[in-house]
Amino acid sequence: MKIRRIGLLLLAASGLAVVFTPLPAASPAPQARTFRIDAGQFAYSPSTIDVNPGDRVTIQLVSTDVVHGLYVDGYGASVEADPGQTATLTFVADKAGSFRFRCNVSCGAMHPFMIGKLNVGTNNRLLRSMGLAGLAVAGIFLLPSFLPQGKSNQERFGA
Amino acid sequence: MNRIELTRNPLIKGALKNRYPQLALFVAMLVGYLFAILAGLISTPVGNQNFSIVFVWIAWWAILILVAVPFFGRGWCAVCPIPLPGEWLQRGATLDPPHRKPGWANLRWPKFLRNIWLQNISFLLLALFSTLVLTSPKLTSVILAAMLFVALGLSMLFERRSFCRYLCPVGGFVGIYSQTAPIELRVKDKRVCATCEGKPCYNGSASGYGCPWDVFPPGLSKNTECGLCLECLRTCPHDNIAVNLRPFSADLARPSARLDEAFKAFIMLGSAMIYAGILLGPWGAVKDAAYHVGTGTWYLYAGAFLAVIFVILPVPFAFCAFGSGNRHPFKKRFSTLSTALIPLGLSFWAAFSLSFVLSNGAYVLASVSDPLGLGWNVFGTANIAWFPVLTSLLAPAQTLALVGGLVWSAHTARNAAGEVHVSPIPAILYCLAATLVMLWLLL
Repeated sequence: MKIRRIGLLLLAASGLAVVFTPLPAASPAPQARTFRIDAGQFAYSPSTIDVNPGDRVTIQLVSTDVVHGLYVDGYGASVEADPGQTATLTFVADKAGSFRFRCNVSCGAMHPFMIGKLNVGTNNRLLRSMGLAGLAVAGIFLLPSFLPQGKSNQERFGA
Repeated sequence: MNRIELTRNPLIKGALKNRYPQLALFVAMLVGYLFAILAGLISTPVGNQNFSIVFVWIAWWAILILVAVPFFGRGWCAVCPIPLPGEWLQRGATLDPPHRKPGWANLRWPKFLRNIWLQNISFLLLALFSTLVLTSPKLTSVILAAMLFVALGLSMLFERRSFCRYLCPVGGFVGIYSQTAPIELRVKDKRVCATCEGKPCYNGSASGYGCPWDVFPPGLSKNTECGLCLECLRTCPHDNIAVNLRPFSADLARPSARLDEAFKAFIMLGSAMIYAGILLGPWGAVKDAAYHVGTGTWYLYAGAFLAVIFVILPVPFAFCAFGSGNRHPFKKRFSTLSTALIPLGLSFWAAFSLSFVLSNGAYVLASVSDPLGLGWNVFGTANIAWFPVLTSLLAPAQTLALVGGLVWSAHTARNAAGEVHVSPIPAILYCLAATLVMLWLLL
């Protein structure tokens, strides 16, 4: 019982470490980056853009058919472009991680699914979540008493 | 924690036994359902502004997968309006049982179809066309109306709720996931049933109808087939039916060995992963292929969809069920072990739905103010601009759902593996691999 408690405490401590320990990251000098993104029903091209934390990002949104928008989750920055026109959005990528950007102007049937991705440095959130999943499984293997032992129905309920 | 009998409380029991509260909910749901059909047909063709799309695929779906199924199991089935018109016609009554039985065909459902394979097929058909269904109000209306008419037709031909039990595309997954819910309806003492004359819970009486789900309540050991219609609570002359609060996933302690239910688990797991990639991912070409039904790329997409569900997911899992010298047949080992995928699938759907619902939930405000696209502004929100809801909490909530689901699945795998005497380790690693893929798709 005591060993089980210690094991659970260690597991919880490891979980907190996975979630909160600062991860080493390369920190290249921030720079200005400009991307031209074509928006057409119902996709962005390119659909994924990669920047470094601290970069000053300029997106030139070019709509190739109807009015489209671009809203960056997590940053709250947005822009709208009329057909054939270019609209510009500039923001500083000061939050690391992976963020979806999506059309924020109703542009047709698949509008809610017109989505792209902005990667700012390493996606630590994904790495930490994967670490937690791995830790959970390790805990189940290393601490069998963490979960009740599997039994057959015959053993559990009788015949 | 053991069971807590909710029906011991006279207020709860009275409310559940009384037909009027349930009828009021039924009628409200039916009106909403018919309104959604009407809105899909006459309101704006823009999906995210149409009441039918917004209320069915955003609001209803969120409530179903995030609240109703995890906490109330088949609670949705208890108030679902789809079987209602057929059931009223079949019974010749809307409330208490009439003195005479109406003269419909009242056939028994064919024995070889008494499984959920048809529900698997009906769900897959919807899933293959889902990008169209989710975005076209007219198609959504046609499907809602078709379900109503098919349910009605089957009620005229077959006894009880054949549509709900064997054909409904939603009922299949609600059934297998309802095993995880902390609510159950069970017989209190089976010995009382053994001596009960006439078995009114199954055959009906002046107090209520025989089980519409064709379940003999004393034989009920899992939530899968109980629609929580509460008729047996009304008909039991011995007060021997209880609605219990119980631990989560209590039914999974007795894993099913049915292949149809095993494949339902794969269908749901695979669909959640595919939707997370297609609908929420950045790959425009794949969205395009999924949307343009009938084109060459759509056939490729459909082939890939089916390959994921029938080959890519089950084949590696089959290796988890291998074990030399095991006295259980392979089919039983495979099906029993696949019980582990039930909590995993539910957590995948919860994580997917959180993303879908929080980013599109704002559309509910606009459509509720002008549900028929007639220029109304009932709540002053008809022209409200789109905004995302709580997206900063999305990733932590999805991680919590997915890692929690993984732990839950590992626990279930240990029980299921013990049942058929195989090692749970491969199944747990399989669940881990699937969770890592889902995390990558969503985060």
